Amino acid sequence: MGRYVVRRLLQMIPVFVGATLLIFLMVNVMGDPIAGLCGERACDPATAAQLKKEFGLDKPLWQQYLTYMGNVFTGDFGTAFNGQPVTELMATAFPVTIRLTIVAILFEIVIGITLGVVTGMRRGRPVDTGVLLATLVVISVPTFVTGLLLQLLLGVQWHWIQPSVSQAATFGELIVPGLVLAAVSLAYVTRLTRTSIAENKRSDYVRTAVAKGLPRHRVITRHLLRNSLIPVVTFIGADIGALMGGAIVTERIFNIHGVGYQLYQGILRQNTQTVVGFVTVLVLVFLVANLLVDLLYAVLDPRIRYA
Amino acid sequence: MPEQSYEPDRAIAGTGAGGAMDLAASEAETLERTPGGPQGTGPQAKPRSLWSDAWRDLRRNPVFLVSGLVIVFLVVISLWPSLIASGSPLQCDLAKAQEGSQPGAPFGYDGQGCNVYTRTVYGARTSVTVGVCATLGVALLGSALGGLAGFFGGAWDSFLSRITDVFFAIPVVLGGLVLLSVVTSNTVWPVIGFMVLLGWPQISRIARGSVITAKQNDYVQAARALGASHSRILLRHIAPNAVAPVIVVATIALGTYISLEATLSYLGVGLKPPNVSWGIDISAASPYIRNAPHALLWPSGALAVTVLAFIMLGDAVRDALDPKLR
Repeated sequence: MGRYVVRRLLQMIPVFVGATLLIFLMVNVMGDPIAGLCGERACDPATAAQLKKEFGLDKPLWQQYLTYMGNVFTGDFGTAFNGQPVTELMATAFPVTIRLTIVAILFEIVIGITLGVVTGMRRGRPVDTGVLLATLVVISVPTFVTGLLLQLLLGVQWHWIQPSVSQAATFGELIVPGLVLAAVSLAYVTRLTRTSIAENKRSDYVRTAVAKGLPRHRVITRHLLRNSLIPVVTFIGADIGALMGGAIVTERIFNIHGVGYQLYQGILRQNTQTVVGFVTVLVLVFLVANLLVDLLYAVLDPRIRYA
Repeated sequence: MPEQSYEPDRAIAGTGAGGAMDLAASEAETLERTPGGPQGTGPQAKPRSLWSDAWRDLRRNPVFLVSGLVIVFLVVISLWPSLIASGSPLQCDLAKAQEGSQPGAPFGYDGQGCNVYTRTVYGARTSVTVGVCATLGVALLGSALGGLAGFFGGAWDSFLSRITDVFFAIPVVLGGLVLLSVVTSNTVWPVIGFMVLLGWPQISRIARGSVITAKQNDYVQAARALGASHSRILLRHIAPNAVAPVIVVATIALGTYISLEATLSYLGVGLKPPNVSWGIDISAASPYIRNAPHALLWPSGALAVTVLAFIMLGDAVRDALDPKLR
C-alpha cells in the first residue's frame, strides 16, 4: 500500500510539471503579460521594461518557470498585478468553490446513484426509458443554458431563490448553482450506475444473496451496489477536478466570487501569476482526487490489493 | 448527413481486402447475439459484416432516424440558410428591440432589434462547421497518434500516454479561456484549432486501445508472416477493425464540441460579433432576460436540439456497433 502510494506520487510529478508548464507557456507565449497593465493604450517602452524587470519577465522562459515553481513549493504564489498576493485571492476564492463542488458532488452521489439503481433494476420499464431520456436531454443542454434558465425561472419568475449569490455564498445559496454545475455529470453518473447495476444484477453472487433470503434492500446495498460502484467512483473522482475548473460558467451566471470568477478576471486581464497559480492548484486537486479514487477501489473491492 | 458519415466507413469495411476478417468479426457478432437476442429471427443466408449488420439495425432504429433527420435538416440550413430565413442576420433595427413574436419575425426581436428567427437559422452554420471540422481534426489526429502508439508500443507509447495524462489534467473550459483570450482573429478556425489541440487525447486513448486489441488477432499474424509491410498491416488489416469505437466516441464528441463552442462564445472568448453564433446570442440576451426571454429561449432551444441530435446519433451508432451493450 505505502509503496503503491509512493509510486503513484512519483508518477504524478511528470503530469504535474507537464500540465503547469503547458499553462505557463500558453499564458506567457500567447499573450503579453504587461499589456493588461496599461489599459487600452500600449505601454510606454520604458515603463514596460521596468515592469518586466520588476516581475522577472525579462529572463528566459524556462528560468521564469523554474523560479515560479520554486516559489510555489515554498508557498509563495506570487503577487497579482494589483499588488495583492495570489495566496490571499485563493484564500477567499477556494472555500467558496469547494462549497459549490461539495454541493455538486452530493447531488451526483445522492440523485445520480439513486436514479441509476432504480433504472438499472427496472431496465426497459417506463421509469427506465423516462429517466434515460431525461438524462439525454440534460447532457445535451449546455451548462450555461441550464443555469440561465433556472435563474430565469426560479430566481426571476417565481422568486424561490436569489438570482445572484451573496458574497458569503452559504451552502443554502449554493443549492441551485450546485445543481446546475452537477447537472451533466449527474446524468452521466445515472447512466453509468444503471449500466453497471444492470450488468451485475444477473451475476451469481446476487442470485445467492437472494436465495439465502436476504431482504431486497440489503441485496442491493450490500452486494449489488458495492460491486457496481467502481466505475461510478472513478467517474466522480475524475469529476472533482473538472467541476472545480468548470465552475467558471456557473460562477459567472450566479455571480459567485469563487475560483472561476478569479480565473476569468485573471485571464481577461492577462494576470499571469493569478492564472498560473490557480491552475496549478486545480491540477494538484485533480491528481490527488484521482489517487484517492484509486485507493478507494481497495475499500470497495477487497480483491484489489496494492503491493 | 448520416449518409455521409456512414458510407465511407462501410466502404472501408467493404474494400478492406478483408473478406476473411469481416467474416471473423461477424461470426463473433452472431455468436454473441443469438442467445436471447431479439435479432435471432429468420434464417441468415450469409454472414453479414459488422458494418452491414450495424446499418441494418440503424435503419430500423427510430432514435437514429429522428436524429438523422434533424441533422440533415441542420446541414441543409447551414449550407443554404436563405431557404427558410429571409433578410440578413446582421440587419437590426433598434426601434424594434425586445419586441415579441410578429409576422416576419416568429421568434421576435432581441435587445438590439435583430430578428431572432433569422439569427437562430444563420447560427446553425457556425455550430455545424465547428462541430464537423473539430471532430474530423480530433478523429484524424487522435487516431493517427493513438493508433501508431498502440501498434508500435515502446517508448513512443509511454511518452504519448504521459502526454495524454497531462492534457486530461487541464480543465477544458479553462484551457479554452487561456488560449483563446489572446487570439485576435475572429473566425471559427482558432476555436476549431483549440478543440483539436485539447480533444485529441480522448480519441487517441480509444484508438490505442482498440489497435492493441486488433493487432493480437490471427489474421494480423498471418499478414505479418506473409511479409506484409507495417503500413499495409496497419491500414488494410488493423484500421478497418479498430475504427468502430473511434467513430462512436467521435460522433458523441461532435455534440459536445458544438456545446463547447457556444460556451466559449458565451464567455466571450470563442466567436465574437459580427459572427452569428447561438452562444453569442444567448450571451447577448442574458441581460434582457426579464423583458425579452424569447431572445434567450430560441437560440438555447436550437442549441439543445442540435447537441441532443448528435448525442442520440452517437448513442444509436454505439448500440448498433457494440452488441454487448444491449
